[in-house]
Amino acid sequence: MYRYDQYDQAMVDTRVEEFRDQVRRRLEGHLPEEAFRPLRLMNGLYLQLHAYMLRVAVPYGTLNSAQMQVLGDIADKYDRGYGHFTTRQNIQYNWIKLEDAPDILADLATVEMHAFQTSGNCIRNTTSDQYAGAAADEVVDPRPYAELIRQWSTVHPEFNFLPRKFKMAVIASDTDRAAMRLHDIGIQIVKNESGELGAALYAGGGMGRTPMIAPCINPFVPIGQMITYAEACLRVYNRHGRRDNKYKARIKILVHELGKDEYTRQVEAEFAHLLTQNIEPPAAELERIKTFFADPPFETGIPDELDRSDPAFARWVDTNCLTHKQPGYIAVTISLKPVGGIPGDASADQIRLMGDLAKQYSFDELRVTHAQNIVLPHVKKADLYALWQVLEANGLGTPNLDLIGDIIACPGLDYCSLANARSIPVAQKISERLAPREAEIGELKLKISGCINACGHHHAGHIGILGVDRKGVENYQLLLGGCEGADTSLGQITGPGFDEDGIVGAVEKATEVYLANKQGEERFLDTYRRIGMAPFKEALYG
Amino acid sequence: MAEVQYRFRDDEPVSDPGVTVDAFGEQTNAAAVRLEPGDDARDLLPHLERLRLVEVNFPVFGDGRGYSSARILREAGYSGELRAVGQVLVDQIALMRRCGFDAFAPDQPLEPTDAEAAFARWADVYQPTTDGRAPIWAKRHG
Repeated sequence: MYRYDQYDQAMVDTRVEEFRDQVRRRLEGHLPEEAFRPLRLMNGLYLQLHAYMLRVAVPYGTLNSAQMQVLGDIADKYDRGYGHFTTRQNIQYNWIKLEDAPDILADLATVEMHAFQTSGNCIRNTTSDQYAGAAADEVVDPRPYAELIRQWSTVHPEFNFLPRKFKMAVIASDTDRAAMRLHDIGIQIVKNESGELGAALYAGGGMGRTPMIAPCINPFVPIGQMITYAEACLRVYNRHGRRDNKYKARIKILVHELGKDEYTRQVEAEFAHLLTQNIEPPAAELERIKTFFADPPFETGIPDELDRSDPAFARWVDTNCLTHKQPGYIAVTISLKPVGGIPGDASADQIRLMGDLAKQYSFDELRVTHAQNIVLPHVKKADLYALWQVLEANGLGTPNLDLIGDIIACPGLDYCSLANARSIPVAQKISERLAPREAEIGELKLKISGCINACGHHHAGHIGILGVDRKGVENYQLLLGGCEGADTSLGQITGPGFDEDGIVGAVEKATEVYLANKQGEERFLDTYRRIGMAPFKEALYG
Repeated sequence: MAEVQYRFRDDEPVSDPGVTVDAFGEQTNAAAVRLEPGDDARDLLPHLERLRLVEVNFPVFGDGRGYSSARILREAGYSGELRAVGQVLVDQIALMRRCGFDAFAPDQPLEPTDAEAAFARWADVYQPTTDGRAPIWAKRHG
């Protein structure tokens, strides 16, 4: 994985001192909250319902054991012994004191971590494919390109006060595991017919109250011009994105209102100008970054077989493991969705343990997934049974990847000051009710947001749930048919909402309609796409 | 008009207040103009020869369009004074400096110790902009 040189280290160290000074001025009364607010947000600090929340950046979701050790220790020292992994591949802590925040950032800086721009109207942490470097279907490892973007976007002087937040994702395979087209800018690294690498640029996607799937604005930007092109996209947005209404300020509204063609024309004009400004890092810089992402020293000629005689182990392998590009290895997803648990939460001990296991079994590497799980990307098959036993013994062996219990949920009204309804208890109830049948139900991505801002990605769930406030009472709308990935689609609302118990029953009914209509190997989503909304409506409201 | 608190230039300051972009187009002898966030900085590019002062107004510090205006002018070769006016706060001046501003006339004067610390804080930066500083990648690769 990427390691800092003295320049990268100086950037994070300087940021700690800058923020320490800003917090001091705030606490001494020299800096009003209005001016302090964007500064703390750009250092990951939100004011929530009960306390400050600190969101730590995990660039493209990649971590090592030393970092996990510090993340676990922060949970013990400054929080209540937990961390929460997020849909942006980050980790956040929910019970932080303002005066502790500079010390936490200083602890993070000791292991090459930070909270740069994890909030605020700026370019956020760039996400990627959690199986980067392990997946058999990638054109290249997307992470060097994401790291190039991380450096370019860090304290970019022109883009700290954009109309609204700005999220980017980089992938390098046709199987989109990062919901790339639901980002402000999505990039797919591709190869053209001559074998040259380029970036296919998608702009104007997003969830929130107006979900949009990003159109492709340029199918092939030469890789040596990717940063310049991104800068052109950002400049057009910074200058012309709406600032009169924060709900219409995301780039998706600009692209929609101008039209894809006009936005693209403006970007191309700005790009032609910026090409004269020599802002692109040289090829040597990309090559330098790439050296950090070389394959780990895989053993060759090792057995590719697994002993599947333990049925519980075999079930977990089938559910939670992915074929690796290297024979004899496998990519493992550790589910942070125990039955009835809080999606994405891990205790300090679990965080440190996962780090230790990565060191022992996965070349000291872990990934956070946008579905709020953890991946050990490079596990030797010969070690898999031993690894699974440790996971099982520590509440980390739940075999439910992409099943109905593998729920994405935002923090909701239990923590968030924007939320209209609680998300976590709904996730817990659904998980408890349907976990016994999840093998029968098969792949079903269920996603819950506690308000229209859609942090729980409800638009992209095969089943989505949106919590709303109806005359002071929590009410839950049901959506069907959303999907992220190569065949991205947005879910449709079934009809009137349900109360907390009602929504659990409604989800169960939807799964029953699926099972009754399923043909062959169809997943829930396939059946829904074939039979449409009507049979579900009939069962829910008929 | 707020006083210029910091100026990183040696030439004689322009004393005229900046006129609006519309008036600037009509007054062929004007040398100072004031850009509002919604103005297109590129409208000034045909007139760079006679421009000696551009005031870029930040009515609220959270409106970041002025950063793009500044870079566009510098990228086009404008070498006169580029002055940030309005709600110019100490925690943004280093960013403004990097986008090409070389004079600061905040509505509320900045605390000098904090401002000097802010100007000096970032020893190195990742991006080349218009302030002439070599980015980190240039230092890495000579």
